[in-house]
Amino acid sequence: MRLEPRAHIGWRIGLRCGLGALLAVLAIAAALVAVAGAPVAQTFALMANGAFGSVFAASETLTRAIPLLFTSLAATVAFKARLFNIGAEGQLYAGALAAVAVGSGALALPPALLFPLMLGCAMLAGALLLLGPALMKQYWGVDEVVSTLLLNFIVLLGVGALLDGAMKDPLAMGWPQSKALLPELELSKLIPQTRVHSGLLLGLAAALALWALLRFTTLGFDIRALGASARAAAFAGVPVGRTTVAVALLSGGLAGLAGAVEVAGRTSYVTLDMSPGYGYTGIVIAMLAGLHPLAVVAASLGVAAVLVGADSMSRAIGVPTYLADVVVASALLAVLVASMLSRYRLRFDRPGAGV
Amino acid sequence: MSLAAQPGQLPAGSGAGAAGASAPVLRLQGISKRFGALQANDQISLQLHAGEVLALLGENGAGKSTLMAILFGHYLADAGHIEVAGRPLPAGDTRAALAAGVGMVHQHFTLADNLSVLDNVMLGTEPLASPLTRRTAAGVRLRAVAQRAGLEVDIAARVADLSVGERQRVEILKALYRGARVLVLDEPTAVLTPQESASLFHTLRQLVAQGMAVIFISHKLDEVMAIADRVQVLRAGKTVAEARCAASSPAELARWMVGQSVVGLQREQRPPQPAAPPRLAVKGLSAGHARGRRVRLHEVSLEIAAGEVLGIAGVSGNGQGLLADLLCGVASASAGQVLLDGQPLARMPRALIAQGVARVPEDRQSTGVIGDLPVWENLCAEALHTPALSAWGWIRRGAALAHARHIIERFDIRGAAGARRTGALSGGNMQKLVLGRVLQRADGTAPRLIVAHQPSWGLDVGAVNFVHGQLRAARDAGAALLLISDDLDEIELLADRIAVICHGRLGPARAAEQWSREQLGLAMAGASAGAGADQGLADAA
Amino acid sequence: MSLLDTLLSLPFWVAVLRVATPLILGTLGVLLCERAGVLNLGIEGVMVAGAFAGWFAVYLGLPLWGGVLAAAVVGALFGALHALLTVVLALSQHVAGLGITMLATALSYFAYRVAFPKVSTPPTIEPFAAMDWLPIPVLQQLTPLTLLALLLVPLLGWALYRTPAGLALRMAGESPQAVESQGISVARVRSSAVIAGSALMGMAGAFLTLAAFNAFFFNMVNGRGWVCVALVVFAGWKPGKALAGALLFGFFDALQLRLQQADSGGLPYQLYLMLPYALSILALVIASRRATAPQALMKPYIPGER
Repeated sequence: MRLEPRAHIGWRIGLRCGLGALLAVLAIAAALVAVAGAPVAQTFALMANGAFGSVFAASETLTRAIPLLFTSLAATVAFKARLFNIGAEGQLYAGALAAVAVGSGALALPPALLFPLMLGCAMLAGALLLLGPALMKQYWGVDEVVSTLLLNFIVLLGVGALLDGAMKDPLAMGWPQSKALLPELELSKLIPQTRVHSGLLLGLAAALALWALLRFTTLGFDIRALGASARAAAFAGVPVGRTTVAVALLSGGLAGLAGAVEVAGRTSYVTLDMSPGYGYTGIVIAMLAGLHPLAVVAASLGVAAVLVGADSMSRAIGVPTYLADVVVASALLAVLVASMLSRYRLRFDRPGAGV
Repeated sequence: MSLAAQPGQLPAGSGAGAAGASAPVLRLQGISKRFGALQANDQISLQLHAGEVLALLGENGAGKSTLMAILFGHYLADAGHIEVAGRPLPAGDTRAALAAGVGMVHQHFTLADNLSVLDNVMLGTEPLASPLTRRTAAGVRLRAVAQRAGLEVDIAARVADLSVGERQRVEILKALYRGARVLVLDEPTAVLTPQESASLFHTLRQLVAQGMAVIFISHKLDEVMAIADRVQVLRAGKTVAEARCAASSPAELARWMVGQSVVGLQREQRPPQPAAPPRLAVKGLSAGHARGRRVRLHEVSLEIAAGEVLGIAGVSGNGQGLLADLLCGVASASAGQVLLDGQPLARMPRALIAQGVARVPEDRQSTGVIGDLPVWENLCAEALHTPALSAWGWIRRGAALAHARHIIERFDIRGAAGARRTGALSGGNMQKLVLGRVLQRADGTAPRLIVAHQPSWGLDVGAVNFVHGQLRAARDAGAALLLISDDLDEIELLADRIAVICHGRLGPARAAEQWSREQLGLAMAGASAGAGADQGLADAA
Repeated sequence: MSLLDTLLSLPFWVAVLRVATPLILGTLGVLLCERAGVLNLGIEGVMVAGAFAGWFAVYLGLPLWGGVLAAAVVGALFGALHALLTVVLALSQHVAGLGITMLATALSYFAYRVAFPKVSTPPTIEPFAAMDWLPIPVLQQLTPLTLLALLLVPLLGWALYRTPAGLALRMAGESPQAVESQGISVARVRSSAVIAGSALMGMAGAFLTLAAFNAFFFNMVNGRGWVCVALVVFAGWKPGKALAGALLFGFFDALQLRLQQADSGGLPYQLYLMLPYALSILALVIASRRATAPQALMKPYIPGER
């Protein structure tokens, strides 16, 4: 088997490959549902219903999409510059913790001042966490994938320690959670009687801002150039060190913001299980969206729908919710394969051919 | 130092096993290969006898390397067949080609730097399933093979520590160790000094005398005339001529190669320039190892006046790359001083651009352009952050697109609808893009200094002429031009003064008229100008 | 017991070797892949899959070594997928690896939940017994998998440096062009390396469920896979140093447990747990500064595209 570049790359091929990817993912999901012993069509219907079947379901999907939006934007800006930030999970928790530290009543400031300060500190916490690995990569050639991954474990342990100690909620009766955020700082609900909060608007604004940054500003050009070819970009005058730091601040900041928005909008506390892997899922979403900030919005909604739908379906029919994780992971791989196959053709040589 | 046979040796063209008397050891019949829209090979046939040297001559892109890749099994031909010593060769099977006795010395060496010579040669010679490797026996055999071919090499040495000439010897030994009877050399002298080339030719003649059949791929006419018995000229994928070298001439070969009489730029006679303070003054510049560069710079000094061209000649790998990197702001010096019009030269690319330095890098594809970005962004890349094209960090798209269009028109960049991916441009158009970007500045000023490293490498004749014309025009507009090139023709054409770099040291610059080819060759090999031919040969080992 | 007494006691070193075993196997697996030029970030997921597959096979009735074999086979299957994505299709090795980690982990958890939908305490199996029959004191209290891991180090070293296949593998990671020019298929060499390496990773996971513990539970691997990736850089891509790195890590991990027990109520226990991860990052930093990676690592090779 070998790859041969295609002569013509039209939208038709792209479409066919995309559809192929979609079918592959559906096939895998169907196979797993069958193995679990449940009726396939009914399971899929329950998932769809659980994601969009009612106003409440849709609101749950939107709620789930909010942190995903931020973490996937974080991954988008980082991956655009080829800084593989896998540490969004830890940066999210750091941001959440910073938000509670600032916003749980320790500072005597009016809410109008406290709210942006809280968000700012959350962004700073996330940004600083990524800055270390980014600089290590820049100056010492340390692979940032492994360093950010390992840092996640350290951060989570640190959050655990703080929740047991300094930031412990005195009212929580032994359940490890942090002090609560001041009610004045909580994000308002967009639809009454649902959980979807104005963090969604913040997320959409962030997506728009990131898109504009990448497309219309010199910093955006520097980021894209650095990611496309670090060598040629440096030669043309792009300040590599400064741009890397900017990317780290942006990416870490967005991930930290994810944590703050989750606390302010959904949970009001920091707990150890407040993120079921939003940081990692954000990476998948960013890749699915082809690293385009506006496409990320759609992809976040799509993945959130799968996650929420699977939860609801699992409660009804018993197929484990991990089905959603399998779907998301296979979607990532399928999209990668499809994108490659749309540009190259797979050739099967005669047996015995050396190449 | 001429490349023709030394006195006392057999002249090229009379190998043992006179050509034509025996059956051909290699025969290619009707080979065709298409890559998408490009017909790389079109019904090419070729014959080779033992003890014969056949030169495959042609410009870049004529199809020579593709043909040999098909022979070696890297590609599958669309049509045609190959016979080695009368037996058909299975297509697309490198192992079969190796077993049949086809050996290839690639243009870009296929050696693993971190492993030893013996490891590199032994790879693939023992069955992969075998649990044991017989290194000592292999080492003995390799030494014997090397001795028979007259090649000296330390088999335990790490390839990364070897010189370029020695690495090529290892490539040849790889083929000889496997019992090659057809040896294909792809542009072997591209990275050698004239003395190392002479040494290579000496080796080839020895092998040919022992019955080896050789295919010599080149685009250099004088070499072809010196070493080959027969020559076959390819153009645009087809065979356009076959001749015996003895019966032809470089001029005739050139005509076949290019297809029409191309009038290149001629060397100009310029009136003597009035003495002026140097625009660029480099004093005692030294630098240690940088990434990807193996040679250090030792106390390099040079001066270029405005409107003058200084050519730095030298075989690739003698420090030119590091010198270019230093002046382009991507490497740092450990000692020395560089002044531009009396002011210290900036050290980072952005500042250099602001100072009016136009930099043309050696590798346009990986350093010159950002392949995945659209053409207009590459054209504006150096100036996007300046007030001309942006305001408060916001790109002034209209101005940038207009600037890009202006350059595309003036430099005639084809295939560059502003939004197309830059990596899709052809080599010539890509180089025009790079030139246009640095010569046509967004703020309207003319460049003060141009640093051009191999500006016409890999381009066809038309593009080469264009590049030279643009460089000359920029020089006429008052820029100082530092031209670093391993192409002596280019240097002789454009340079007012020439200096030679060797082993990281820059020799004194003399007026172009005062250099002869032979002196240049000697200086490139490290011998001082005026030393005898014997000295050069002794250095070449 | 004072700290020094602890360090010199036999149970401590037994613990070191026990912690180190999955790291040795995993690091050797990553080493094989990276030496051939492929970064394999699927290790974390493959270890989870190996842990589950090995344990489940034994739960279903296979003997313990059958479980190890099952884990190796599952690892090899994910390795084949990884090879297809990165070697044949030349996709980004970073992203493909992360995708495989996510997929393998999700599949394993899904399979576990399908098989055991309602249990709150994980079902157990009978794990490997200590090797009392060995005359060497330190090894007596260890399980056969540890011995296997220790033996694999010189075995792999010999395979890499003294066999033709090992030479081809090393060459594939240094200069794929050299390999192709000698008539050997780079794709085949790299794929074999990735499959073999992933089998080792699967076995590393199986150690956790078949020897270290006796049940499968979520978050069991807990970053050990990533530690292995860091250790390979620290080991300079050499099997002997990989063993040293794994033992060093095991030392610090066993140490932090002892320190925790010794320090009653002082520092939060999480700080001790952080130690291994922090050290891994430190090891990575130190090693990266002088690293001589295989030259063709992470550069996909598309034959014919020159």
